[in-house]
Amino acid sequence: MKNLAIVMFLAFVMGACGNKKEQKEAGTDIEKLSGNISIDGSSTVFPITEAVAEEFRAIQPDVKVTIGVSGTGGGFQKFSRGETNISNASRLIKDTEIAACAENNITYLGLEIAYDGMAIVVNPENTWVDSFTVEELKKIWEPAAQGKIMRWNQIRPEWPNEELHLFGAGTASGTFDYFTEAINGKSGSSRGDYTASEDDHVLVQGISGDKYALGYFGLAYYEESKDKLTLIGVNNGTEVVLPTIETVSNGSYHPLARPMFIYVNSTSIKHPEVVEFVNFYLDNAAELSEDVGYIALPAEIYAKQKENFKAFVENNK
Amino acid sequence: MTNVQKNRLKDQLFKFWGIGCTLIGLVLLIIFIGGILIDGLSRIDWAFITDLPSRKAEKSGIWTPLMGSVWILVLTAIISFPISVAAGVYLEEYAKKNRLSALLEINISNLAGVPSIIYGLLGLEVFVRIMSLGASVLAGALTLSLLILPIIIVATREAIKAVPSSIRDASYALGASKWQTIWNQVLPASSGGILTGVILALSRAVGETAPLIVVGALAYVPFAPSGPLDQFSVLPIQIFNWISRPQQGFIDNAAAAIIILLLITFVMNGIAVYFRNKWQKKLQ
Repeated sequence: MKNLAIVMFLAFVMGACGNKKEQKEAGTDIEKLSGNISIDGSSTVFPITEAVAEEFRAIQPDVKVTIGVSGTGGGFQKFSRGETNISNASRLIKDTEIAACAENNITYLGLEIAYDGMAIVVNPENTWVDSFTVEELKKIWEPAAQGKIMRWNQIRPEWPNEELHLFGAGTASGTFDYFTEAINGKSGSSRGDYTASEDDHVLVQGISGDKYALGYFGLAYYEESKDKLTLIGVNNGTEVVLPTIETVSNGSYHPLARPMFIYVNSTSIKHPEVVEFVNFYLDNAAELSEDVGYIALPAEIYAKQKENFKAFVENNK
Repeated sequence: MTNVQKNRLKDQLFKFWGIGCTLIGLVLLIIFIGGILIDGLSRIDWAFITDLPSRKAEKSGIWTPLMGSVWILVLTAIISFPISVAAGVYLEEYAKKNRLSALLEINISNLAGVPSIIYGLLGLEVFVRIMSLGASVLAGALTLSLLILPIIIVATREAIKAVPSSIRDASYALGASKWQTIWNQVLPASSGGILTGVILALSRAVGETAPLIVVGALAYVPFAPSGPLDQFSVLPIQIFNWISRPQQGFIDNAAAAIIILLLITFVMNGIAVYFRNKWQKKLQ
């Protein structure tokens, strides 16, 4: 864990240095833009977009960026009516939402901006668990486990014959959607007899006070409470992987790392301030996402997104 | 033990039970406020009030949501006060006791019990979309006005009912018309109660989150509203946003913002108490 802290610290310092240089360059030769950029959507993606908007303000003070938190679904609803320029999303756009956009002649481009890792954690007094396989996690969390898988030794016979206390995301959260899809194969399919909360702080509290607890939530919340929890690696078939900046970023922490997205409306990019903002977003997402507790994509993916966006701008001029 | 002693004992027991019940609420409130003060008090300084929201907890401030809350409060007061007081006066002074007024009365009591998010959905459809006000301060204030209308109407009616009939009778005896009686006697005599109702209703409005989120209040706005059609954020949304962040710094910010919000409601309640006492004395 010390390593992770050092890596994060280094990333932070390096990021901070890089940023200063970029800003200096940007400050001298960028034309002043003005206008409004309206963003809405996922509250999970919100901290990154907020950070980008904050930094963007420093170089384009006359562009007014506003961000709402209607949730991914609520955001797409407004996006499909053309009410927002950009939509924050913690999942890919759904078929029904694609249809809604098509109905209103809204075309768009989705861009990946960062990863959110999901942490599987137990109480520090739990000495028996060293790792889980995806199959074991499925056995614990699938709907069929409800009322059946209630003791630790039902997962592995050598584990103690003690009650299993489960803590997980509430059904309204994007974490729940992603976890159930990654582990149980279908978004929203989960057992229901566990302590559920949309507030990850509640889960941290619960697990840190219960020796027989097991739970999952966003990695950033684990980072804040490392001393009260034990992080458990996931066996991806060949090796046990703990979620770290590297393993999430390079995809080896599979399948519990989810990408986060922004969707850009094609008519909005006729406004130069929106184009400028999205470019600025892609340039700085790596550093800023780590600032707020998420994990950057590999550099080549950002580069590819920038190309995609450039082509998108050209096609919609 | 005689019967008298038994009854005295019961009396004592009930007294302590009553004290215990009263203390539960108080102790919980003290624990809550104590915790908030410990977390948040050191965070409050002038920069916290005047800074914009930021990704860095220690650089964040509450300027834009605070200004949004102030705008909402003022507009809601301007909109809800005349409408609801007029409605209260009508129901109490003019409405005949028939089916229609009974129906109105039942509906107003029902409206007071409708969950606030329903008002949010109503506001989104009527003010934001049909009247195309957008997610503006005005749309938010109109929605909250609807939310607190029934509360003020009920308070107005109670206050008017409490005006002694001798005052009315004296006014009529001197030849005043109904309107003159209401305007010169009844309303001044009941204004303490009415204002108390208005201020208490407004301090409920300032803490509302759900209807404003539905209407489209934002979580990040880098500018304070400069007109009623500007977009806005409010303190409860900022608090909610901060409290769900993983970093401890934001939790402290949330506590500090809660202190500011509590201060606003305490001051408003204080004003309400002041008015009530002042008018009560006058009446006597």
